[in-house]
Amino acid sequence: MTKPVLEVKGLHKSFGALQATKNVSLDLKPNEIHALIGPNGAGKSTLIGQIAGWITPDSGSIYLDGEDVTSETVASRSRKGLGRSFQVSSLAMEVSARRNVMLSVQASQGSSFRFWKQTKSDEELRETAGNWLRKVGLGSREDIAVSELSHGERRQVEVACALALKPKALLLDEPMAGLGPTGSIQLTEFLEEIRPEIPILLIEHDMDAVFRLADRITVLVGGAAILSGSVDEIRASALVREAYLGEEA
Amino acid sequence: MQRTDTAPKSINMPKLSRETVVNIAVMAILLALPLWASSIGEDYYVNLASLITIFAIAGVGLNFAIGQGGMVSFGHAAFFGIGGYTTGIAAFHSFEETLFMAIPFAISGTNQMLIIWIVAMVICGIAALAIGAISLRTEGVYFIMITLAFAQMIYYFAISWPTYGGEDGLSIYLRNELPMVDAESALTFFLVCFILLLGAIFVSARLSGSRFGAALGTARMNETRLATSGIDPFPIKLTGFVISAMITGLAGALFAELNGFVGPSMLSWHRSGEIMVFVILGGVGRLYGPVIGAALFVLLETYIGEWTQHWQLLLGLALLGVVLFARGGVMGMIAGRARHD
Repeated sequence: MTKPVLEVKGLHKSFGALQATKNVSLDLKPNEIHALIGPNGAGKSTLIGQIAGWITPDSGSIYLDGEDVTSETVASRSRKGLGRSFQVSSLAMEVSARRNVMLSVQASQGSSFRFWKQTKSDEELRETAGNWLRKVGLGSREDIAVSELSHGERRQVEVACALALKPKALLLDEPMAGLGPTGSIQLTEFLEEIRPEIPILLIEHDMDAVFRLADRITVLVGGAAILSGSVDEIRASALVREAYLGEEA
Repeated sequence: MQRTDTAPKSINMPKLSRETVVNIAVMAILLALPLWASSIGEDYYVNLASLITIFAIAGVGLNFAIGQGGMVSFGHAAFFGIGGYTTGIAAFHSFEETLFMAIPFAISGTNQMLIIWIVAMVICGIAALAIGAISLRTEGVYFIMITLAFAQMIYYFAISWPTYGGEDGLSIYLRNELPMVDAESALTFFLVCFILLLGAIFVSARLSGSRFGAALGTARMNETRLATSGIDPFPIKLTGFVISAMITGLAGALFAELNGFVGPSMLSWHRSGEIMVFVILGGVGRLYGPVIGAALFVLLETYIGEWTQHWQLLLGLALLGVVLFARGGVMGMIAGRARHD
């Protein structure tokens, strides 16, 4: 059995009386795309928050590449190889796409406590960032302020930022949201392309994309993972249809 | 997700941007006026220019925290005052030929400015490390209030320390000395301040353009992004806060030299507000903004203040105008929006 890259074990989180995460366990194996679906309010965001490090779970643990990272900070998890994109892009809007990626490159190269050398004349840093942007297909737009980029392009910048940290796993939170049909197809192709290198935990509402991309699907309802299985199993499940797909139709 | 956009790359900046021209003009005027005033024997105006320069340094320090790091400190008077008191206390012991402390090791006073500056900056750095370590765990209004509270604590501490004048403050009878130049001369002292201002701006610019500066700037723009890119925001912000405090502390040391006096008023929250006014009036995040802000402030205080004691009403209106209509401060009005690459 292959060792999972990312493993979540028995995660619990309550906010007052609300149990947002109930004993959730899941894992992400090499070369796979594992989709996490669930209706609104199922606790997807809370779960993602705990995996990424923004929310501390009440109990349970999170392992990245076999290492317990449950008490690590967001930044530390990113450095250890958990790349992510947000439902609503979270970038430094005033500066260029390249500048955003340069920050990830400098973090991957070690210390940010370098006070004297100017980044704008640091060709190696600029080039490396440019290469990542070209890889996600944004090569021609690298020097444009993020605030002037489209939603889809911002997502591409986020993915480039994540890739620049040479992640072991990617956590993508509704990457298709706001992309439009063409953007959606392009992103789907791109994710197919990087899957062999970097496994992806995908949270997505777009069912076409999920069914096309996912190797495994976990269904989250009311804070609990009610079902986990292959695409066909999930499609066939009456339970899922009732809890989730039924609402969509 | 291949895209074949063929949008043009952003247009290269002209060699000399409008902001650069403004910067050069402002600094040229600031340098030329006291030279001229000195040549006609009007040391009063030279000292006025020194005051502007010193306030500008304090503003450059605070601007690094606010403009680069997004840390709106309402307690920078603490560092301004600590810088001042370091000068006053060093000079006091040097003058009285007594020791500042004897245990565990003897520390005497000194009248050497270079030593005083270094000591003042180090003490400010340590104070900022402690204040920042606690304050930076909060954000927004809470950060503003906590930095204010710390400054007030130091203010009351100074008032209740009778050895160094308590409420009355401490006079520096002889200006401290610099090697090779006569610091007693108004013009020489101005030039020293002017060079230090250039130094402070240069350091601030270099740091802003460095990897550290990139991280600090992202802490201001989007802390989530900084953390997601694998950089812990807290140590970055704390370092920025310390550097900011050290620059403002140096200004405090110079202010004490200029006035030949240090008092608790250097530490009062009014002073924190004034330093913030220099930054906002000039333009938050603009490298030379605090020079314009400090100049406007001092000129309003001096000339309108001569005419009516309600000069602050005018200052208030100017500030209101800037906040309402020119978010980039005076620099923003003259030179347009700040550019980023």
